[in-house]
Amino acid sequence: MKKEIVAAGFGGQGVLSMGKILAYAGLMDDLEVTWMPSYGPEQRGGTANVTVVLSDQPISSPVLDTYDTAVILNQQSLDKFESKIKPGGVLIYDPYGIHRKPTRTDITIYPVEAMEASIELKNAKTYNMIILGALLKVNPVVDIESVMRGLKKALPERHHHLLPANREAIMRGMELVKE
Amino acid sequence: MNIEDIKRSENKVYSKPELLNDTPMHYCPGCSHGVVHKLVAEVIKEMGQDNNTIAVAPVGCAVFAYKYIDVDWIEAAHGRAPAVATAAKRLNPERLVFTYQGDGDLAAIGTAETIHAANRGENITIIFINNAIYGMTGGQMAPTTLEGQKTATTPYGRRIDLNGYPLKISDLLAMLPGTCYVTRQTVHTPASVRKAKAAIRKAFENSMAGRGTSVVEVVSTCNSGWKMSPEKSNEWMVENMVPFYPLGDLKNNSEK
Amino acid sequence: MKGNEAIAHAAIRYGVDGYFGYPITPQSEVLETLEALMPWETTGMTVLQAESEVASINMVYGGAATGKAVMTSSSSPGISLMQEGMSYIAASELPALVINVMRGGPGLGTIHPSQSDYFQATKGGGHGDYHYIVLAPATVQEMADFVGLGFDLAFKYRTPALLLADGIVGQMMEKVVLPPQRPRRTPEQIKEQCPWAATGGSAGRKPNIITSLELDSAQMEKNNERFQRTYRLIEQNEVRYQEYFTDDAEYLLVAFGSIARICLKAIEDARARGIKIGLLRPITLWPYPYEAIARMADRVKGILVVELNAGQMIEDVRLAVEGRVPVRHYGRMGGIVPNPAEILDSFESQFNL
Repeated sequence: MKKEIVAAGFGGQGVLSMGKILAYAGLMDDLEVTWMPSYGPEQRGGTANVTVVLSDQPISSPVLDTYDTAVILNQQSLDKFESKIKPGGVLIYDPYGIHRKPTRTDITIYPVEAMEASIELKNAKTYNMIILGALLKVNPVVDIESVMRGLKKALPERHHHLLPANREAIMRGMELVKE
Repeated sequence: MNIEDIKRSENKVYSKPELLNDTPMHYCPGCSHGVVHKLVAEVIKEMGQDNNTIAVAPVGCAVFAYKYIDVDWIEAAHGRAPAVATAAKRLNPERLVFTYQGDGDLAAIGTAETIHAANRGENITIIFINNAIYGMTGGQMAPTTLEGQKTATTPYGRRIDLNGYPLKISDLLAMLPGTCYVTRQTVHTPASVRKAKAAIRKAFENSMAGRGTSVVEVVSTCNSGWKMSPEKSNEWMVENMVPFYPLGDLKNNSEK
Repeated sequence: MKGNEAIAHAAIRYGVDGYFGYPITPQSEVLETLEALMPWETTGMTVLQAESEVASINMVYGGAATGKAVMTSSSSPGISLMQEGMSYIAASELPALVINVMRGGPGLGTIHPSQSDYFQATKGGGHGDYHYIVLAPATVQEMADFVGLGFDLAFKYRTPALLLADGIVGQMMEKVVLPPQRPRRTPEQIKEQCPWAATGGSAGRKPNIITSLELDSAQMEKNNERFQRTYRLIEQNEVRYQEYFTDDAEYLLVAFGSIARICLKAIEDARARGIKIGLLRPITLWPYPYEAIARMADRVKGILVVELNAGQMIEDVRLAVEGRVPVRHYGRMGGIVPNPAEILDSFESQFNL
């Protein structure tokens, strides 16, 4: 098993930390993982992306040209990564703010209304967890309990009271995926 | 009377400090470095720190200080002695750690290291020889060269409009909360030598007691660089250097 | 964890006595992690944010001179500032560890990954005839492991070691098994291991003087000959490299650090299409695995050197190959990291496949 995933969006949307939690969850499930971010000032407001590889074998490159799954949260990222999804791969995207919809027909595309759900949940900070929930529904690479353990590790202890809200967001994300 | 009768211990009025070895010094006759070396060697021994000292030598005339005083030495790159001493002291807090630097080393190329070590309050002593000239490289302008003073690179005298002002770095260091003791001394008379020695002792005691950074500036002569006889150099220093670099304690929180 | 964080954890666990550094992207997490872990409360390790890279490297010099295990880390522009101090440390025969998490240059350049400090690292970036043992980690695990390896080699040969990483392996996260916690050496152990050190505890011995100055030319030549003898010994004993798919390889890629991993993925893709490429990854960049590359040169049709620079390590590969087979270069600069497909495209076009 090997999953090559890219997540991309605006800085501040939480793609890097979503990738981190996914990587931690992979570790909990005894997988090999790499997490390779774009870094620097672009994390703050520009476009940020992260490549996460989960595998039961040692991983060679943390830098990739094609992906099994792309999680896309803004138009620039969609323009950049749509063509880089392997045929038969998966595109998950939030239609919020997307004016040019994806056009590929050789991949499976899941629009996930995460921004709207996040407004409904009245918790903008768990937006990326809704996305993660959708990703896990489509791509159950790691166990949800491992994700929660990963989250617990990634969050400082003073934020542990937020764990239930994060779980709720993940569940909401799972529900949002329509076959 | 033969010579062996004279060499008896009861006739002895002076002996060289034990830590000062027999290596012939490279300093010019009349230079202040020799006297300050002697004082440092005496104070280390009198404080019982002779097997407990790490000294840091500069680049400048005192580059070979490590050849003359028998303690462990580290020869630093030009200006970096306070950084070297910072690590030596932090990693060996039980040791007496001091730097021995000239005006170019401390107040030009090493200004950043000097100010930051002092501002962190490193428990080190900085012995600062200020002779207002670059002695080793042949008498060029130093940051402390006086206005109007002739040097190899200010042949018509230091001009403020061209070269800026002489730097009173000890005054600057005294303003920093990390320093506990900043003093300015000379070694041109027996009385001033005694005062300078007491200052070095106070500084070393501060370092061992962990009171912060101590700075002992010694306003010095450089008869070769100034192109004067040693005697004339002392007079010139008293007439010109001392009014601009007034002697005494700029700061003394030694007992806090 | 991130490669930079792994360095901090590994340093504490190795029993390092002191870290002195100045923030610069993309390696600031080393100092940040150390400050957060507060090792002075546990192992007694000193951690200090210096006022500059110049001060940092001279603090390393001062600490190393007293026999302590000390280190610093920076990125390319900061490492340039350290070159004077690095020359002094080598010339004074002091063990120390310097880490360069390279970013693109020249000048202020970019904060993105690069390998353009290869010449500086392996050919002596400062003045004088000297070498650092240069280790090039490709994984977060190696970031952790090479801290210990670097110090072990540095103390074994009384010569400094340089860990030459890049922004990729510094910033990426992957699984890492940290080494067990070792105690810091006691003053007695330092005295035994480093009888030359200016520890300040000079009772019962002559004073120890750490200096690189020697105005007697005959003696200075002897000092240089001694350095060179050490370097020959290191060249004999410490060459490290790793080969992948070389048994049946018709072509060879040579790459170091994280780029070697991207090459490996390119090779996996090529082999799926029946093109037999192998990879040789130098782990020590000095001493360099000339012989291993020379052996491969007798067996393959061509060699492609892949680097994040305009062509630096290729000079060492050519020295090893001595013209026996074509040696080509694929380099990206300015912080651009090639993906596996781009490497393969370059390979195929340069060898007309």
